[in-house]
Amino acid sequence: MYKVAVLGDRDSIYGFAALGLDVFYADDSSKGAEIFKELTSREQYSIIYITEQLASDLTHEIEKYSYKPTPAIILIPGVKGNTGEGIRAVKKSVEKAVGSDII
Amino acid sequence: MATTQINPTRMELSRLKKKLATATRGHKLLKDKRDELMRQFLDMARLNRELRVKVENAIMAANKNFVLASAAMSPQTLSAAMLAPKQEVYLDVAYKNVMSVDIPVYSVKTRTPDENDIFCYGLAFTSSELDDAVSSMADVLPDMLRLAEIEKSCQLMSAEIEKTRRRVNALEHVMIPETKAQIRNITMKLDENERATQTRLMKVKDMVLKKAHGY
Repeated sequence: MYKVAVLGDRDSIYGFAALGLDVFYADDSSKGAEIFKELTSREQYSIIYITEQLASDLTHEIEKYSYKPTPAIILIPGVKGNTGEGIRAVKKSVEKAVGSDII
Repeated sequence: MATTQINPTRMELSRLKKKLATATRGHKLLKDKRDELMRQFLDMARLNRELRVKVENAIMAANKNFVLASAAMSPQTLSAAMLAPKQEVYLDVAYKNVMSVDIPVYSVKTRTPDENDIFCYGLAFTSSELDDAVSSMADVLPDMLRLAEIEKSCQLMSAEIEKTRRRVNALEHVMIPETKAQIRNITMKLDENERATQTRLMKVKDMVLKKAHGY
């Protein structure tokens, strides 16, 4: 039985706690990297939602997990707004498969 | 084209012919796999994009509600309200095999039977904005989970498509032409040997006849 984790700055994600997701507050990227490593090594979480702001500092770590079946690492917009990083990731996977962005 | 040295023997020839047949068959199969994967991937990628736009907009709207809620309440009350969530979300992960790619299928379970059991705070000390915010966030959750499923599948499938495409190209442009060239080389060499033997025999026959009858 897996659980769902949410990682990001406090203001962006505290609402997810009420829904029953496990929230982990990380206000800077070094703390974020630390928590991210722990979450992925525990193999208890099959989905990790991470705010785009934090993810932009952890692209290298996130890349490592994009071709493993678990966990799914999904970018969500934070309270400071949408950086477009999430939709860029979708385009990137299309580009990888097709050769150019056709969607 | 043939870079490696091969022995021009019949045994080698039949081995190479078998190899060519296997390579051609493999190439056809892998090409079919690539095409089918691509078809399914494109459907999924379109869905992924739609879902992502929808989820992002919904989360942004929910975030706005949370900002409003935090403006109407003191930070202490707010964190106290979120301290002990009643609900918990569990996932069962099954895998579905799509053209040899294992894509995840999540089934969601919640701790309390009522999925809407999300208000984990007393209503006396919290503002009504917080209720709105939490319920708008709860509306996004099913789509968020579906997005996770689709997006992960897309990532896994795109990796598999890339791998398959490389294999198809390697077979089509390297393996098959190389084997064909080797087969041609061996056939030519064997034919040449055949002709050499033929002329040698004719020459010997001439010599023998000359010796016996003086032609």
